[in-house]
Amino acid sequence: MQLQNSSILPEQASNFAGGVDALTLYILGTSLFFALLVVVLVVIFSLKYRRKKQTEIGVPVHGSVPLEIVWTLIPLVLAMVMFAWGAVIYMDFRRAPSDTLDVYVIGKQWMWKLQHTDGRREINELHVPVGRNVKLIMASEDVIHDFSIPNFRIKMDVVPGRYTTLWFRATKTGRYHFYCSQYCGTSHALMTGWVTVMEPAEYAAWLSGGAQDANPAGAGEKLFTQYSCNTCHLPTGKGRGPSLVGLYGSKVKLADGTTVQADDAYVRESILSPKAKIVAGYQPLMPSFQGLVTEEQVLSLTAYIKSLQAPAPASEAPAEAPHMGKK
Amino acid sequence: MSATESRPAEQFPEKHYLNADYGIRSWLLTTDHKRIALLYLVSVTFFFFIGGIFAGMIRLHLLTPKGALVSPEVYNRLFTMHGVAMIFFFLIPAIPAVLGNFFMPLMIGAKDLAFPKINLLSWYLYMIGGGLALFSFMSGGLDTGWTFYTPLSSVYSNSAVAPAVLGIFINGFSSILTGLNFLVTVHTMRAPGMTWFRLPMFVWANYATSIIMILGTPVVATTLALAGMERLFHLGFFNPQLGGDPVLFQHLFWFYSHPAVYIMILPAMGVISEIIPTFSRKPLFGYKVMAAASLAIAVIGFLVWAHHMFVAGQSTYAALAFSFLTMLVAVPSAIKTFNWTATMYRGSISFETPMIYAFGFLGLFLVGGLTGLFLGTLGVDIHVHDTYFIVAHFHYIMVGGAVMGYMGGLHYWWPKISGRMYPDTLARFSAVVLFIGFNLTFFPQFLMGYAGMPRRYHSYPPEFQVLNILSTAGATVLAVGYILPIIYLLWSLRYGPVAGRNPWPSTGLEWQTDSPPPTENFHVTPTVTWEAYDFENRPDLGLDKPLKTDDSGRGHD
Amino acid sequence: MHRTGELYGHFETLEQQRESASLGMWIFLITEVMFFGGIFLAYTVNRHANPVAFAMGSNTLDLKLGAFNTGVLLASSFTMAMAVWAGHTGKQKLITLFLILTLLLGGIFLGVKTVEYAAKFEHHLVPGSSFHIPAEDVSAAAAKADPDFAAHAQLFFSLYFGMTGLHALHMVVGAGLLIWLIRQSMQGRFTAKYNTPVEMVGLYWHFVDIVWIYLFPLLYLIDRRHK
Repeated sequence: MQLQNSSILPEQASNFAGGVDALTLYILGTSLFFALLVVVLVVIFSLKYRRKKQTEIGVPVHGSVPLEIVWTLIPLVLAMVMFAWGAVIYMDFRRAPSDTLDVYVIGKQWMWKLQHTDGRREINELHVPVGRNVKLIMASEDVIHDFSIPNFRIKMDVVPGRYTTLWFRATKTGRYHFYCSQYCGTSHALMTGWVTVMEPAEYAAWLSGGAQDANPAGAGEKLFTQYSCNTCHLPTGKGRGPSLVGLYGSKVKLADGTTVQADDAYVRESILSPKAKIVAGYQPLMPSFQGLVTEEQVLSLTAYIKSLQAPAPASEAPAEAPHMGKK
Repeated sequence: MSATESRPAEQFPEKHYLNADYGIRSWLLTTDHKRIALLYLVSVTFFFFIGGIFAGMIRLHLLTPKGALVSPEVYNRLFTMHGVAMIFFFLIPAIPAVLGNFFMPLMIGAKDLAFPKINLLSWYLYMIGGGLALFSFMSGGLDTGWTFYTPLSSVYSNSAVAPAVLGIFINGFSSILTGLNFLVTVHTMRAPGMTWFRLPMFVWANYATSIIMILGTPVVATTLALAGMERLFHLGFFNPQLGGDPVLFQHLFWFYSHPAVYIMILPAMGVISEIIPTFSRKPLFGYKVMAAASLAIAVIGFLVWAHHMFVAGQSTYAALAFSFLTMLVAVPSAIKTFNWTATMYRGSISFETPMIYAFGFLGLFLVGGLTGLFLGTLGVDIHVHDTYFIVAHFHYIMVGGAVMGYMGGLHYWWPKISGRMYPDTLARFSAVVLFIGFNLTFFPQFLMGYAGMPRRYHSYPPEFQVLNILSTAGATVLAVGYILPIIYLLWSLRYGPVAGRNPWPSTGLEWQTDSPPPTENFHVTPTVTWEAYDFENRPDLGLDKPLKTDDSGRGHD
Repeated sequence: MHRTGELYGHFETLEQQRESASLGMWIFLITEVMFFGGIFLAYTVNRHANPVAFAMGSNTLDLKLGAFNTGVLLASSFTMAMAVWAGHTGKQKLITLFLILTLLLGGIFLGVKTVEYAAKFEHHLVPGSSFHIPAEDVSAAAAKADPDFAAHAQLFFSLYFGMTGLHALHMVVGAGLLIWLIRQSMQGRFTAKYNTPVEMVGLYWHFVDIVWIYLFPLLYLIDRRHK
């Protein structure tokens, strides 16, 4: 941990850090070259061509087309290299791999609430195992926040009304600062915390210790009944709404003929504005739960729906088998 | 037009714009662009010092990690009001409304701007807007950040957002009308012989700036009006709880506010393009390329706004497109820098105060521009976005670039504005102080930012303290660099030696008339027969003939 | 700046003065396009997000009054064009006549708008604390899966009042300009040689007219089929 002054670059602790720093050094090198070039030329010209006689004038050079072309093309090419290199890193940054350990993150004025898939909750602390892909699925309860981990060289805004995600693979154990880096009001500067990167065994021990809340999927299951989602979303698919078993991650055919990938954003949208995407073969009957469920409850419901991966065994009573989401 | 001798003692003109009329009414109801420019000069200086006081308090507060001076509520107000005062009421009007207003008509040989009354109206709108902003500062302050991001500004903030937003809205119309006035003036008011490609680069720069003003400002006016209405009437344009979209606000806001950066820097580039040829006694290198680069910056500048939103959750492909376009806008800036440098090649260079400021501009703009590459590159932006790195970057552009340009222009044209010279040695000294102070203040912020210190933090982890102390120390030096010019410029008004028509000397039309100029600018409408920065064909300047252009060796030594 | 006849002192010729005024007005209209453009964008995005509320809100508007007003405004553009033509040909009486007609038509438009606004006030459809949507509408909308219908409908009416209000404000400014022109015209100041003010106000008036040509279908017509 610690952002030391000992070296110019802060400690690198994620899969992104090396790439970002390498690109930074490339841009820095290019910049220094041009800055020094201009400064050296200005100094040389200043010394060599300083005015020696009050009435003297310069040589009327008006310009040079070849030179203009040269100093248009060279910066253009160098800038394009920067763009392309940066784009490669960014695409990797925006596209999380599929085998991630998910952590739900809620930002609110002025704290971070985090919850692991097995239910362990944290406030302004995040524990992750080293070497494992981790995905933060983030939402805000009020204004725009931003989850930023400088030692990992990444950050992402947390926007009310939608999900954003941030993924990384910690490469080094230790404790690293994270910050809210989108100004969010009075105590913006206190909305910080620590990421603790642990050896996998240590992490497992940490996970099993401590007070355990119901895991999000369990909480989601309760909500599913509480909001009577289970009355329409029968696992058989014969309810007024489609079955949700095996929904997550599948392709859903919509009434307008298109298909969508059932991901977190889709499930969330289906809960909050069901009418946006109607599943083929069903009526737009489901009411919106906007304002009825909190962001946290949406996350729980999503976790529950995710857990419904295997088709329900026949022995389970159909009426009991819960689903939700779509109409 | 009488030829200016090399520099014998010239008489102060008997009748000029400053003594053409007396009394407060003659100023508040004037339609003379030169007097309106002075009204602006006084008012933007006022806002500069208001913003400067806030900046000083911010730097003092950040001396210690826990914050040395004020509560978080007050700190948030300080940086917000610093931003609002500096950006909307100092940087955006500074060069166009003061130097542009004063010199554009003189440089193209016109008697005034095309619409003198609208010009005065612009100043009044600016004052009303500024008054409302001050009212907001004093009645609860403003803590939204100068960017007014929703829903923080429209729902959650409990500060005086509405008057500030209204003030910026009204001030926007001042900007629009100034841009409109400039565009029409350049099109229709040029003196005989002043063709488009004889225009001084400062006029080109202001022309490009005006395009941004008229196209961008209405959009930010609408946007802030919507955010203000959302706040007052609990509407939901940008509030997700009522079906709105907070990111839409960012798109609309940056559609103006990114080009607004070019409103600040383009005129400064124009000033530098005047100063370097004058003090190198050489034509500007690549005149047409320079003009085209100004227009290119204005146009491409409109296509890069979403590079402020790479981590705001916009689509990946949008981010790619905006990063690409951002890299393109770097090219005309690079071209300009190379052309300025090349202008000095084989010149006859002297080092009066404006040239020192031009060197300062060049150095700081280089750093500011080049660090922009880090931010425009997607892979690095995800790390440095919203840290002190960007704070340092935009201060290098907006203070290092725009304010250095403004100070350079003020010193370059001061003899024309006032008719008198300031003490050159002291002025050069203060330019150097400014340069050193600036770098001390802001360079450490690049390091803090890359190490991860987020912006807008009233307290910070202790490991950043050393750099913060350096920065605060630099700010005190910087303050000296700003206060000195005020003192000696005011001193020069009374005690400075008479400057004469063309003290440097320079080729522009503005130097052909009296210093200070008469109300109608020129006693006789001038006719232009020379190219811009054409020292070799100007016997009236009393300079030598040029050395040969084609000698293979060097013309000097 | 002092003035000699119609020529302001800082211009060299009347032609230069006319050209400046004309260019200035066109540039001003460009800024107006950008100004309305921001609001049109906000309308588009919000309508896309809340189709149900926008459709139902649109259906509460009075199509007949809207259509009538469109006709009135088109007629006023015609009389304005005639006034400009009369200016070019130097028919001083006709200039005054057509300007007065334009002012009358503009007044009718604003009058009808007032009637429409008053109806909205009566039905509590003005955004703010007294905004109220009848319960049956809300439940009808809830069936269409928009439980926040009241908020979204308020959004529609905010945009409705924002857009038409801004337009009406431009009409009021236009009416003021017309009154100023009529006074000068009655003094016989406009001739075939000098009629720039008439032409400039004409440009402005046509622009305001065109804005309405976009507002009418967007607010009144586009969602009628959802009834």
